[in-house]
Amino acid sequence: MRQFFQFLLYAKKSSRLAGLVCLTLLATLLLAACGDSTATPAAVATTAPAVTTASITSAVTSAASASGSPAATSGTIKVGILHSLSGTMAISEVSVKDATVMAIDEINAKGGVLGKKLEVVIEDGASDWPTFAEKAKKLIQQDKVAVVFGCWTSASRKSVLPVFESLKGLLFYPVQYEGLEQSPNIFYTGATTNQQIVPAVDYLLSQGKKKIYLLGSDYVFPRTANTIIKAQLKAKGGTLAGEEYTPLGATEYSTVLSKIKAAQPDVIFNTLNGDSNVAFFKQFKDAGFTAQSLPVLSVSVAEDEVRGIGIENIQGHLTAWNYYQTTDTPENTRFVAAYKAKYGDKRVTDDPIEAGYFGVYLWKLAVEKAASTDVEKVRAAAKGIEFAAPEGTVKIDGDTQHTYKKVRIGKIRADGLIDEVYSTPDPVKPDPYLKSYDWAASLPKQ
Amino acid sequence: MVKAKVPTKEILAFRFLPVIAMLGLLAAPLVLSDFRLSLLAKFLTYAIVALGLDLIWGYGGMLSLGHGVFFGLGAYGMAMYLKLEASGNRLPDFMGWSGVDSLPWFWVPFHNPVFAILMAIFIPALLATLLGYLVFRSRIQGVYFSIITQAMALIMVTLFIGQQPLTGGTNGMTNFSTVFGFSLADTGVQVVLYFVTVACLALAYLLCRWLMHSRYGRLLVASREDENRLRFMGYNPAPIKSLAFGVSGGLAGLAGALFVLQVGLITPSAMGIVPSIEMVIWVAVGGRGTLWGAVLGTLLVNYGKSTFSETFPEIWQYFFGALFIGAVLLFPGGIAGFVRNMLDRVFVKASPPKEIPVPVDRNPSGKELESGVEVT
Repeated sequence: MRQFFQFLLYAKKSSRLAGLVCLTLLATLLLAACGDSTATPAAVATTAPAVTTASITSAVTSAASASGSPAATSGTIKVGILHSLSGTMAISEVSVKDATVMAIDEINAKGGVLGKKLEVVIEDGASDWPTFAEKAKKLIQQDKVAVVFGCWTSASRKSVLPVFESLKGLLFYPVQYEGLEQSPNIFYTGATTNQQIVPAVDYLLSQGKKKIYLLGSDYVFPRTANTIIKAQLKAKGGTLAGEEYTPLGATEYSTVLSKIKAAQPDVIFNTLNGDSNVAFFKQFKDAGFTAQSLPVLSVSVAEDEVRGIGIENIQGHLTAWNYYQTTDTPENTRFVAAYKAKYGDKRVTDDPIEAGYFGVYLWKLAVEKAASTDVEKVRAAAKGIEFAAPEGTVKIDGDTQHTYKKVRIGKIRADGLIDEVYSTPDPVKPDPYLKSYDWAASLPKQ
Repeated sequence: MVKAKVPTKEILAFRFLPVIAMLGLLAAPLVLSDFRLSLLAKFLTYAIVALGLDLIWGYGGMLSLGHGVFFGLGAYGMAMYLKLEASGNRLPDFMGWSGVDSLPWFWVPFHNPVFAILMAIFIPALLATLLGYLVFRSRIQGVYFSIITQAMALIMVTLFIGQQPLTGGTNGMTNFSTVFGFSLADTGVQVVLYFVTVACLALAYLLCRWLMHSRYGRLLVASREDENRLRFMGYNPAPIKSLAFGVSGGLAGLAGALFVLQVGLITPSAMGIVPSIEMVIWVAVGGRGTLWGAVLGTLLVNYGKSTFSETFPEIWQYFFGALFIGAVLLFPGGIAGFVRNMLDRVFVKASPPKEIPVPVDRNPSGKELESGVEVT
């Protein structure tokens, strides 16, 4: 204790002096640096030109401001993009970011929104969920963006959800997910469960594949999806051949494959994510299975992932999405050509990429209808808005803030693209809580 | 106690500096925007972890590569209370998804915030003490200790992801609303939480300082320098080191609890090996063996991380990596070591030996490298 009081009363040692000097310097430095950037909001905007090439305009056009939103007062409208540009998710999310940037560039080339150009602020979520929350906060509070396009994993969406709700921000989320969510501050442009998983199981049952083996990575999406599938199989006369979860990033599937061999299923419903797919499909083929003897239907493998898995390992297997690069619409022909022209001939488009693209247009239409970027007004205006997206007409469902989408089952072909083998005749109404399905009544709801 | 012969003028000038540093932090809410303030608060919680880590690594020579676990446990303790408060009378949302229909027994007492906060500190401290005692009793040191802590991080992450019905799985816990009945989204509440964090950091600093300048602190340093000799002198190093590890774990738990209040989420990835190593880097850059160095290193590294990633979102990690390599190559003793060398040259060339020797880089024999593993 004596030393403790001595410390309080006298600073005696050079190490202490040094420490105190540095702490003080640091405090001043932090304050100065942070204070600067907050005092002049414009200084923050200087980060933007470094990140994208064409999408930023420095010209200050003096259009009459139609809204009181801070993002719209400066002659440009700031919009944020928040994806993982580094870390494990970067391989998927960079493509979506590219598509979003492309949509913004297209809109700017045609005069912007409400007569103002869009100014992009890109942030890196770094595949780290607290970082996502930090950057979301920064985009809303510091940059005062009108809208954010971003996130991929459910974990990242769940981490930013409270930020968007408490700070009254607006997020467009482009990836299929496990449903059971409906935030007033999020628009979901990817599929919920009844627009991907439920119709996929229906399709398998209709093809006579009644004995289904469930294989997934051990996290929320596969577990929730499989809970739903089990209820659906029970109600519709299918049987569960087995259920297996492997840790994210697992690469050893020989045990699982011998279990599958013993269970003799008609089909495997695959909710594995990321790298595990590479290992699984390779070992699946090495174990002597083929797409004819035991097809695998995947819900997290799109054109982008097929390239990583190796076409020879996955050719002939099935996927369930709302869009493929081969989807036959005039809008898609134009979209694919523009994407390849901008980012290179070897790039492919897929479902999340397309959802990341048309989300920007849906927001633009809502803003123009509302004549404002104010979040509440945009939300109100967004109800029922339709857009001719590459996948066909998409429409925002006002109640759930999800989009109506067609469901397409595809077969992976020899060049790595995916052919549609079945499609729902009309876009399916989103139902994130599966309220309209009798058999889902027993499922746990929030 | 040997007194350093520093000229009186300097003493007078520097005597008020702790007060000034403290005032600087206390004045921050006046200067910073809401966003920057919450960022600073987050860094300050990290600084508390760094203090604890410096205690065991810098002074005790035990390199823990699993401190994320203690941080995470504290965070989960706090998050359980916040989640229950946000859910009202219903089950937490993730339990509903996973098919749990009644609240698990160990969740029940977390309705009480005081219990939750105490557990957030106590459980990590207990786990660290127990683990430490088992390891140190078997005279496991150096790299082997580091490997064990790393394994613990891996086990914990797998456990928390696998137990989705109880822990929220990969998504962890988020979407909290209130603490003690106050809305977490409220700016005023955030400012209060910031001050609480500053106060906790100050207390943690004083606690570590007091410990390290006590007789116990010297025993800890002695156990780093030569455990066998300490044993010959009649001391048992195991309880000494376990206690340090326990205090360090408790501090990490406290930091985790504060982190959840600031950031509003916790996921198993925060407990993993990569975040744990990041914590070590904060201390390494700041300079281990000096408490203020750990705090400074944490704040600078995290400030740099945020700034770089905001300015160059696509390539910031290269800059960041270069910074680390540069720091380790040019300042092996960290910022603290560099500053101390400078000041020694300027002021006190003939200063008597310090109470706390600077670790490793000033060790002549090099034998101690085994217990103070270099991280480069």
